[in-house]
Amino acid sequence: MSSIPLDYETLRLIWWLLLGVLLIGFAVMGGRDMGVGALLPFAARTDEERRVLLNVIGPTWEGNQVWLILGGGAIFAAFPPLYAVSFSGFYLAMIVILLALILRPVGFKFRGKIKDRRWRATWDWALFIGGFVPALIMGVAVGNVLLGAPFHLDDTMRAFYTGNFFGLLTPFALLAGLVSLGMIVTQGAAVIAGRTEGALADRARTYGSVVGVVTLVLFALAGVWVALGLDGYAITSVVDGNAAINPLAKAVVLTRGGWMANYGLYPWMIAAPVLGFAGLIAAVAGLQLRWRMATLTASSIAIFGIVSTAGLSLFPFLLPSSTRPEASLTLWDASSSHLTLFIMLLVTAFFLPIILLYTAWVFRVMRGTVSPQSLEKNPNAY
Amino acid sequence: MIDMTVVELSRWQFAATAMYHFIFVPLTIGLSVMMAIMESVYVMTGREVWRKATLFWGTLFGVNFAMGVATGIVMEFQFGMNWSYYSHYVGDVFGAPLAIEGLMAFFLEATFIGLFFFGWDRLSKLGHLTVTWLTAIGANFSALWILIANGWMQNPVGAKFNPDTMRMEVTDFMAVIFNQVAQAKFVHTVSAGYVCGAVFIFAISCLFLLQGKHVEIAKRSMVVAASFGLASALSVVVLGDESGYVATEHQKMKIAAMEASYHTEPAPAPWTIFALPGPDGGAPTWSIQVPWVGGLITTRSFDKRLDGIEELVAHAQTRIRSGMIAYDALQEIRAGNVDGDDVDARLVFEQHWPDLGYGLLLKKYREDVGNATDEEIAQAAEDTVPEVWPLFWTFRIMMGLGFFFIAFFAMWFYRASRGWLESNRPLLWVGFLVLPLPWVAIESGWFIAEFGRQPWVVEGVLPTFYAASGLHFWDLVISLSFFTLLYSTLFVIMILLMIKIIKAGPQDKLFTAEEDDQDFVVAALPATPANKELGS
Repeated sequence: MSSIPLDYETLRLIWWLLLGVLLIGFAVMGGRDMGVGALLPFAARTDEERRVLLNVIGPTWEGNQVWLILGGGAIFAAFPPLYAVSFSGFYLAMIVILLALILRPVGFKFRGKIKDRRWRATWDWALFIGGFVPALIMGVAVGNVLLGAPFHLDDTMRAFYTGNFFGLLTPFALLAGLVSLGMIVTQGAAVIAGRTEGALADRARTYGSVVGVVTLVLFALAGVWVALGLDGYAITSVVDGNAAINPLAKAVVLTRGGWMANYGLYPWMIAAPVLGFAGLIAAVAGLQLRWRMATLTASSIAIFGIVSTAGLSLFPFLLPSSTRPEASLTLWDASSSHLTLFIMLLVTAFFLPIILLYTAWVFRVMRGTVSPQSLEKNPNAY
Repeated sequence: MIDMTVVELSRWQFAATAMYHFIFVPLTIGLSVMMAIMESVYVMTGREVWRKATLFWGTLFGVNFAMGVATGIVMEFQFGMNWSYYSHYVGDVFGAPLAIEGLMAFFLEATFIGLFFFGWDRLSKLGHLTVTWLTAIGANFSALWILIANGWMQNPVGAKFNPDTMRMEVTDFMAVIFNQVAQAKFVHTVSAGYVCGAVFIFAISCLFLLQGKHVEIAKRSMVVAASFGLASALSVVVLGDESGYVATEHQKMKIAAMEASYHTEPAPAPWTIFALPGPDGGAPTWSIQVPWVGGLITTRSFDKRLDGIEELVAHAQTRIRSGMIAYDALQEIRAGNVDGDDVDARLVFEQHWPDLGYGLLLKKYREDVGNATDEEIAQAAEDTVPEVWPLFWTFRIMMGLGFFFIAFFAMWFYRASRGWLESNRPLLWVGFLVLPLPWVAIESGWFIAEFGRQPWVVEGVLPTFYAASGLHFWDLVISLSFFTLLYSTLFVIMILLMIKIIKAGPQDKLFTAEEDDQDFVVAALPATPANKELGS
């Protein structure tokens, strides 16, 4: 359409970036709460300590989770074929994630309402599952995207998925899951170390340092695996970034180590894995040196770097097909219409800065360390 | 061919998760606004009792909101999971309002709800009041965008089928937003949420008065609930009528089924209060009718006629035949995609595309839609009729309750103005026992909206059976079992917790230590000596 001031190709690229922003937003913000959840039964040992942790993340976790909701909504709105194929293809994995996520809001709210050890221990484990499982499975999903998913499309764009749930649990995918879990747990440890005092913070520093180092090694290992042991995808036909979507109209080849090609084509992309490594190193250093905000910043940068590495390596692919590579979804052939992308960009450009502003304000109001004493003042505390 | 068992199970799962989610949504919408009203009174008058009331209802709100969030995540994702062809086919239109809901509304609500609970001692009075209102506004805007999305499924305006991408695409986004069905549904639905919140507060306050507890808070809450409830109940019925009026233009079949009007009635049509299905379960043999009222409700006129089911089925046949032409033209366009020699097919398609969905109804019977027999066409046309009697009765239940709430709140509004809130115990019992009724009305309303739209998932555009994901039977069995198990468990726990909160009642000592909050060790994990030094 001529009346749209940005061309289709540019809009597609912008939406691919925005999708990255939203998913990184969720990993950084939601990662705080999932990471603390995954550490909850280990870092905090008494009920009081656990209450301290829940009240560190309790006031802001709901807003943080909206990054995930919005990420899902943005995939639906901007890349409907991706939403359709991936969510139905990874059906049982999605169910596992959903069941785990369902436990979070109720865990926060229900736990403190009854003073009974078994009751509270039950919800502690529910909150652990709600943090641990999504962090792991989302990483497994990303691993499977790098491996390619067994799906194809017919001429009516109906998706057929020929894999199953256990087929997702390959060694590489599990490695990706552990990297994801590791970066989220590091983030959680950084939050605890920054917002609590005493033994609790010390334990978080210990766990976080160990997990941070392990994550560093696993991330490097995954990189080596992608370079030497994995087939990467590349489009060999001419790409028209302005054409109507048709995922079936291209030619695709697989080459060993092909996911590394982008770093040769666009050397600046190396910044992503570098930030991943540097962020992790700085986060571990920060935990050891008792930095507070700086540790969290470093750990957030690590997440930014690691998630970006996956996204940039895949570019321009969104979801490669292992069984019918030419049916792979790319940002050029799996987007919404030109008009929808443009409208959604306007809406996002208007609201996202406002969201960032009020989120920052809320975090500012709730800043400061949480101690057992501060819990007693508020009857709404978890 | 499509596995109809999977389609059926997918429909059950969507219906169950959506109706379950909507137990919590209307209460969130209603309570958030009423809490904001009560806190406004607190800020204006400075009287502590209003703050206590806000906090008490806020505690119940919090439990309910947690359940809403827990079940809402499922809603956002299961379009792609269970309805992947739907997601592809209409995602260009339908995805946008969902994403905007997140950007504009849910982010606001979810970010500020934390401050509502945790910000009392960190914000000024006015600051906290602002937070409460922003939460309420977020909840209401959330409903707006969800209903714009749902309204489009009922009345798919502002979009066109693109044969090159095999999907519906937005042509006029303003038409999608200002869709009259969506706007009518929004006002009707949030008003219903307000009634739900008002009944909730009113019923529990009645219980307090019956027990002689928390009298000051209960009476104040009842005054707010009765006035807010009366205004909202009036709005639900008046704007519910708007919803019916709008439906006649686009969803004649739904109206015909709700009214069990098998034949077109001469204008103005009568309104059937009560009827019994005929021997074959079809057209009623016996009914009580009020002359003219049906025509008035549905067409707002004395001279427009209300189409009956049989006439609409005949019309569907015409559209199916046109849809077959559209389908054949689409096949040619798709085949000619490469060489581009499809000018004629595109012209034909341009004329017939609005009936493509009707052509797809035949997919239930055969792959090659263009070769359908007269018999199959007749069958597909019959498929456009939703099941009449469940709709007929749920509509009457919903409407009856709508009028009941007006009478209920009008009476209590009068009694409140005369200072007669406590004087009549049987009436207080009635006030308490109406508690479940808003949910009966609300779930009936959604049943009518969604079941009444069948066989379509998007009215006239996409048949429901054609929209499902190609999942396996066991995928659905597993997911349905787990959802049922988890949702049922959580529901029982939530009810027990709400009862506990209500029993404890509004707290007198706010922001002070609870006396018996001991520092106990959670089972099976050793306490370290260090934890005694916490907070140093």
